[in-house]
This record gives sequence, C-alpha cells and structure tokens, in this order.
Amino acid sequence: MPSYVAKPIPPNQDKRWKLVDATIRRQGQQARGLIETLHTVQEAFGYLDAQALRYVAMSLRVPLSRAYGVATFYHFFTLKPAGEHTCVICMGTACYIKGAPQLLDAVQRDLGIRPGETTADKKVSLLTARCLGSCGLAPAVVYDQEVAGKVATPAIREHLKKWTTQHDA
Amino acid sequence: MTPEELDQIAETEREQQSRFTQRVNVCVAAGCLSCQSQSVKDALDKEVAQRGKKDHCQVKGVGCMGLCSEGPLVSTSSGVLYKKVEAADGAAILDSLEGDPVSKLVCPTDVPFFLRQKKIVLENSGVVDPDRIEDYIAANGYTALIKALTEMTSREVVDEVTRSGLRGRGGAGYPTGLKWSTVSKSVGTQKYVICNADEGDPGAFMDRSVLESDPHRVLEGMLIAGYAVGASEAYIYVRAEYPLAIKRLRNAIRQAERIGLLGSDICGTRFSFKVDVRLGAGAFVCGEETALIASVEGKRGTPRPRPPYPAMEGLFGQPTLINNVETFANIAPIIRNGGEWYAKIGTEKSKGTKVFALAGRVENTGLIEVPMGISLREMVFEIGGGIPEGRKFKAVQTGGPSGGCLPTECLDMPVDYESLAKAGSIMGSGGMIVMDESSCMVDVAKYFMDFCMTESCGKCIPCRVGTYQMHRILTAIGNMTATEQDLKMLEQLCDLLKHTSLCGLGQSAPNPVVSTLRSFAEEYRAHIQEHKCPAGVCVAQSEGETA
Repeated sequence: MPSYVAKPIPPNQDKRWKLVDATIRRQGQQARGLIETLHTVQEAFGYLDAQALRYVAMSLRVPLSRAYGVATFYHFFTLKPAGEHTCVICMGTACYIKGAPQLLDAVQRDLGIRPGETTADKKVSLLTARCLGSCGLAPAVVYDQEVAGKVATPAIREHLKKWTTQHDA
Repeated sequence: MTPEELDQIAETEREQQSRFTQRVNVCVAAGCLSCQSQSVKDALDKEVAQRGKKDHCQVKGVGCMGLCSEGPLVSTSSGVLYKKVEAADGAAILDSLEGDPVSKLVCPTDVPFFLRQKKIVLENSGVVDPDRIEDYIAANGYTALIKALTEMTSREVVDEVTRSGLRGRGGAGYPTGLKWSTVSKSVGTQKYVICNADEGDPGAFMDRSVLESDPHRVLEGMLIAGYAVGASEAYIYVRAEYPLAIKRLRNAIRQAERIGLLGSDICGTRFSFKVDVRLGAGAFVCGEETALIASVEGKRGTPRPRPPYPAMEGLFGQPTLINNVETFANIAPIIRNGGEWYAKIGTEKSKGTKVFALAGRVENTGLIEVPMGISLREMVFEIGGGIPEGRKFKAVQTGGPSGGCLPTECLDMPVDYESLAKAGSIMGSGGMIVMDESSCMVDVAKYFMDFCMTESCGKCIPCRVGTYQMHRILTAIGNMTATEQDLKMLEQLCDLLKHTSLCGLGQSAPNPVVSTLRSFAEEYRAHIQEHKCPAGVCVAQSEGETA
C-alpha cells in the first residue's frame, strides 16, 4: 500500500472508536479483518450505521460496497439501532415443534411488530434466532441476553408487558 | 514447556485435588446456566465458606452432564447426581455429603440414559473445569500432543488417524485420515488448520457443548493436526451466537499460550502453532467449507465450485485442513490409545462414537454420546425414555435442514453414515429431533424449506429460486390450496436442486421434502385431496406466513 494514504479520522470524538481502531490495528489494517472489525463496531455501538461502515471501509481500504455487502449478507449485523429491550425467540427445530410459532404469534399480536422490527416507542425489539443451541429447554427465548427455557405464551406476554408498561425513570 | 514440566503440572494439580475429601460439581454449560446454575454454584460456595470447609470441600464448575432437560445438574463425590437444584438446596446437598442423599433431588443414574452411553469425546464433560487448563492436564490432557511431538513423526500421526477409521463428524463423513494425508502432501508456503464450529443446524448443540465443556480437548486436536499436516496457523470459526463458548475458547487459548503449549518451539521441538478465534456472523451457508474460508478472509460467505479442494487451495490460496469440532475432539484419545483401539468401536464402516443432541418430543432431552451402529429405537425409547404424555412416535429428524425424517419403519436401523443415507437422511452433525403425532410432516418440510430459502446465499440460481418455489408450493399445500400438478412440480424441483446446485446447501435442501414424501405421502395427499391436516397443524387458507 502506498504510504501517503492517510489514516482516516473517526467520524466523531466518541471514545468507542478507540476499540474499533484497536481491532483494525490487530488485523493489520487488512481487508481480511472486515468481519472482525464490524463485530467490534456492533459490540460497541449496538448497530452499524452509514458513517461507521464508511469509516471501517476506508480504514481497511476496501470499497464501501464490499463493507455494505458483508454487513447485509450476515444476519448477525444490524443497520438499525435496537430498542431498549430485545426479545429473541428461538425458531430452531426443537423449539419450532414445541410451540415457538405460537409464542411468536402472540408477541407479534401484542406488540404489533414483526421479527426484526422495533416498537414505535423504541422499547422492545423482536428478533428470531435460527437456533440458540438450548434445544433441551425448548421453546427458548432470550430476554435481553438472558436465556429462558420452556417458555409458555402467558409467561412471555407477562415479561413483555413489564417492559412495555415500564416508565422512563 | 517440556514433557517433564507438563507432568509436574499434572502432579501438582492431582495432589491439590486429592486434598479435598469432598467434591461438588455444578454444571455451568449454557443449558444449566440458563436455569440459574450459577446461583446454585454461588450458594454452594458461600455455604462451604460459612461452614469453614474450604480446605476439604471443593465446589467446581464443570461442563455439560448431558441431561439438559433436568438442569441445573449437580454431582457429588458421594456418587449422587442431583437434578433441578435450586440455590436454596445448597445446604442440604452439603449435609448429604456425610449422610443420606437429598431424596427429592436425586436423579437416578442407573437408567439407560446414562448406562447406554459410551463417552470418548465427552469423557471430560461434567468432570473437568473448562476454565482451568491445570484441571484438563490433570485428566491426562495434552499428553497426546506430547506423545505426537516427541515420539511420532508427522507421517505416523496421519497413519494413526487413518488406522482409527475416524470420519468427519461435520456430517458428510469424509475419512479424516485421508483428508489429513492430502493436506500433508500438498505444497504451500503456509498451511492452515481451520476448526469448523459454525454449528448452524437448528436443533444441534453438540459443538457448542464440547467447546463450553472441554475447550482444551479441541485445541489439543488442532495442535496435533497442525503437526501432522505441517501447518503453523489455525483458526476456529465459531458462531457469534455462542458467547459462552467463545469466552471459554479464548480463555483456553490464552492459558495454553501462557504455559507454552501454543506459540513457537512447542515442547522444545521446532513445531510452532498459533490459534485465533474468528466469529461467524449468522450465515448457515458458512458451514460449507469454501464459504467458511471466504468468511474467514473477511468476505461474504459464498461457496465456490470444488475442485480445487481446500486441501490443495484453501484459506488465502494455501492448503487448508478443515475439520469439525467433534472430529478434533476425537484426535487426542486416538493418539493416546492408538488407532486400533478406536477402530474396535462402532461398525465396519463407521468407527467410534457419535455425539447426538437429543431434543423434541422425547422424555430425556440433552446431549448423548453413543457407539456407532446403535439403533434409532434404542436412542429414542431407551436412552431418550420414549415419548412423553403417552403420545405416539411419528418420526425422528436427523441432519437438520439437509437431513430427512425417518419414520417408525426405520427405528430398527443402525445409526451409521451409510444406513442413514440409504434411508434418505444423513448423519449430519448430530441433531436428532423426535416428533410425535402432533407434528405435521408437511409443516415440518415447509419449516426446513423456509430455513433453506432464507439461508440460501443467492449465488447459484437453482438454490436461490428453487428453494423459493418449493417453499411456495409447500405453503400452498399447507393452506390446502395446492393441486396434484403442484405436487408433481415439487418432485421435479427436488430433483433439479439436488443435481444442479453449487454447494451442499442447495443440493441437500430437498432432503426433508423427499424423505417426507417417501414416508408420509398420505399426509401430503390428505392436504391436497381432502383439504385436511391429519395432525391438525395446518389451517386451510391461513393468512400465509407462519414462520
């Protein structure tokens, strides 16, 4: 690489860019570090927005189209900020045959959103997972990183109700 | 690190452990953690400290004990296994170490679920602390690596693996020894070893459990592989959805580096090896080896035609050995006990044991390891304890979206690579999902097709468009609006996808449909001709999308 290519400047003063820069350095500023870097961005900021993609693409010297391609190809990356709480319903085979579709139906009806969407008040995001690997506890649901097993429809409704009726402190 | 130093670590650790007269092991794998086993462990720790027994009672977090549906599980040095333990039970369990077991929590271990298993891959699961390398070393860990490095040539290691008859545990069953030998003979400036831990099959959690319960076992297998094929760099490609496995793996790598089992000049030889973790990002197709390589290179995970095979041209264009987690976990015992020992277990063509994740409509769900050749009936009805609520068995699904549904007629079939393939399914990575009469086979086929449709990477048309069309027809059948013509089209599409797709995802996507069409044709007919769903799952003209 020609040495006159200046290192891009982070989009803003946010300290979290330091974490991103560390990953970029660890990957030798090479294109092969793209996925690892996007993981770091998402971990730090919660999602990948346009300026983050642009910064990562410039830092690793890959075309923006490739960064965008990778970010949209993999389900794990999200380009939208998540709500205050996230509810992930596992749709793995074991959960599916033990009633996950009914859970999903109930939540969709209660919240009025589909998987991948966030409620208008930004309180709850609803997601589905391919399989959490907690098949012994089917059907499984993750409430804000915490896995709950053998979830029944009333239980998930109850849990979500707590989130949606919560008032901002 | 010299062999003597390793012995020293093992000695010290064993001596320290022998000072404890009482032991309580608490499962801290993901299954039990999600039913609060951490608070059980904390309560036990606190109780031990309060009683001032810290010097002779050890409370240890261990890996998966298998019976995930009964968690949190706790085992004690008095030989009792407790199930569904709560934090409040801590005191009672400690009391029981000197007296009678706590009867309301006892989980019987003289049942087929435990007796019929044979543990090789999982021998340390539920025994060693996954966060401490010393504990693994005390359980004969890394002795196979030392043996390979100091007593065997790399050629001999490959031969030993070949002799064992081990076949790839990722699903396809390619002979491991042959793969190793190809990579070792390939010429390249730098060779790579990749461990495929992108366990994408829904309903399978073997690899997660092995990584969470015994990460060093996998590292040891990779090190031996690196020595055998002449590689000095390795990657473990893990699903980002497995945060605990990633954490334990990274910790294990750091520990191994610290004592010199990873790095340069390992054990005073010229063998150097470094391992790095790469996170997957939620793409099922990345389980396919060429797509996985693209992903490790930081690209979109799309497969490419083979040949050239990764063994010749893989990661960064260099010869690359890719094996599954379970395959690597089998290596250390093979080197330690010899290939012939391993070859004595299992059937003529499928050697050794296989780990299965038993789930669905079955009494005992969890992780089991059985010798190859055991019958499906033994697995479902003896180990699995049969179908709950007195319902009737309908089918068992193996191999995830690439596999098939096996009906009652197949129950007495031995479980090995060839028999499963002949019955229209595949071994797959080891997911085994039991279904009873409440499951509709059309719905199940539609579920898997929905999965394949969503996960198709879009590179080749047969898979991208074919899965969409097949899903459309299956949805119509579920809605009772399909015709005989649609069914014929479905069959044609099965054939088309199988023969013209670029990679395994598309080629095997029709399997769930083919196998259910074969064994449950009358259910398809009932939907089309009588507009009825025998299992009562599908509803005529529902508003469309269900999952």
